[in-house]
Amino acid sequence: MKKNNVILQTTTKVTFFIISLFSIHIFFAGHFAPGGGFVGGLLTTGAIVLLLLAFDLETVQATLPFNFTIVIGVGLLLSLGTAAGSILFNVPFFTHAFAHFDLPLFGDTELHTAMIFDSGVYLVVVGAAITIIQSIGGDE
Amino acid sequence: MINLLLFPIIIPFFFAIVLLFFKEQVRIQRILTVIGLSASIASAFTLVMKVKQDGIQTLTLGSWPAPFGITMVSDMFSALLVTSTLVITLLVAIYSFSSIGEERERFFYYPAILFMITGVNGAFTTGDIFNMFVFFEVLLIASYLLIVLGGEKRQLRESIKYILVNVISSAFFVITVAYLYSIVGTLNMADIGQKIADIGQPGIVSVIGVLLLLVFGIKAGIFPLYFWMPGSYAAPPVPILALFGALLTKVGVYAITRTYTLFFVNDLAFTHTILMVLSLLTIVAGCIGALAYFDLKQIIIYNILIAIGVILFGVSMMNEAGMQGAVFYLIHDMLIKGALFLIIGIMIYVTGTSNLREMGGLIKTHAPLGWLFLIAAFGLAGIPPLSGFVGKLLIVQGGFEHGQLFGTIVILASSLVVLLSVIRIFIYAFWGEPVALQPTNRKTYKHMMFPAVILVALSVLYGVGTEWIFPYVSDAAHVLLDPSSYINAVLKE
Repeated sequence: MKKNNVILQTTTKVTFFIISLFSIHIFFAGHFAPGGGFVGGLLTTGAIVLLLLAFDLETVQATLPFNFTIVIGVGLLLSLGTAAGSILFNVPFFTHAFAHFDLPLFGDTELHTAMIFDSGVYLVVVGAAITIIQSIGGDE
Repeated sequence: MINLLLFPIIIPFFFAIVLLFFKEQVRIQRILTVIGLSASIASAFTLVMKVKQDGIQTLTLGSWPAPFGITMVSDMFSALLVTSTLVITLLVAIYSFSSIGEERERFFYYPAILFMITGVNGAFTTGDIFNMFVFFEVLLIASYLLIVLGGEKRQLRESIKYILVNVISSAFFVITVAYLYSIVGTLNMADIGQKIADIGQPGIVSVIGVLLLLVFGIKAGIFPLYFWMPGSYAAPPVPILALFGALLTKVGVYAITRTYTLFFVNDLAFTHTILMVLSLLTIVAGCIGALAYFDLKQIIIYNILIAIGVILFGVSMMNEAGMQGAVFYLIHDMLIKGALFLIIGIMIYVTGTSNLREMGGLIKTHAPLGWLFLIAAFGLAGIPPLSGFVGKLLIVQGGFEHGQLFGTIVILASSLVVLLSVIRIFIYAFWGEPVALQPTNRKTYKHMMFPAVILVALSVLYGVGTEWIFPYVSDAAHVLLDPSSYINAVLKE
């Protein structure tokens, strides 16, 4: 099936990065404002799905050569690892820690361990959603 | 180690994740599964000892104070259930090595089991009603994979039914939790128990009690909500059937027991009478099914129904003997059902059919299998000193103390039906003229026998060692009958 998708493909090449950047923004906004790993992950998935629509499965698999099942595993490990870190300090599971750091360029920044947990969620969402879409789309 | 009560949940979860990285290496998957489950069992036993020594263990996730954060509570009841769950899972996993087939092992069979155990143990341990819903979903989603794994025609047909029924029951679960929240304004189970006691359980709370019974009843398979169970459970291969039959229905029973001893204890005449009537009807339905079928799987599946009826009858009595009997019988039933499913799995492997009419004379070729089945069958029926006896004795005692003569007689009569249904298997399959058997691999047979023998031995020990186990069971029943000890442990101040 050969279709003339020049407009879609050209805009996708630009919008892919805009969506990805926005998803990263949403991801980091998540701690105090609406957003977070789940929404960020869904946005990234949306960007990849747009790629899938504009090009095809093979192209996208060649561009993003990850095994998305492994991505799920890495994400789960990150999340569980962050939550389980509390075991080492003998505080209740899931207890998170945060502190203020004076970083160059960013100035006074608050860093949370909850962010690592959230990045795990992000990876799980991307991995699971893309795995589902690939296995459904790959059937044809 | 304040996080100890979470270890039986976290360790299987961790190993399930690690297994995702070894999709193709079946050997590594097997080794990691055994290591993971053994470590979980060790932690679960430590937990039982800890609960025995120091009383109820609680932990509020993320260090939020008690009624607001998600509380995990491990009393003796849940600790015992968690331990038996893990032991059975380990043995079923070992049984799967030689019987499930590499095709399935490659498609996330072991991770699915471990994820399911995460959900089961979580549901046993959680002290938050919404979190219980989440853990129910965890175990259900893993069970969806297990029931459809392999993609045989029958599995696909039955899994649609299974998923549909469970999705609807999950929807009801959320709705019911929302009702409950709108009335008492809290999700923490100890807090709910306290608030319902404060407002004296008006009619609307009893309605929620019945709704929860509906939700958990679908999972547990009580009358008349068991309609999906015989068909769906018979579809997947035997190790999966063993896990479902021994564990999943028991999660429903646990949830009914927990809510009916913690929340709805102020209008026993209404809620517990419903529970009792339904449990008796479940027994009757189970008895009819167990005698009607000539299919090995169906006979044992209908025996699950009988056991669930017996346990819930004990719970509905709400007295000491009945509750101790229910706890004792619940764990007995997990062990013995696991064992029976493994044994009929071997019989199906040896004969190549699950139809009793096509079997015969197995005792001549497979004598140890026959005797093993006979011991398990006697244990199931409750012949002393095997494990079914003590539990049923206590439940019967509880029934008489409560003045439920009719119900108690039904329980006693059901024992005879149970005995008849399993002895019928013995007579048809092991006696009579030997039928021609397809040649089977003797080594596989031995590998399959190993976990079955251990499980039967455990259940025999459980019966013979009642004297040692009883203090634990009586602790568990004590907390169930005295909700204030549970509430105080969670809310502390």
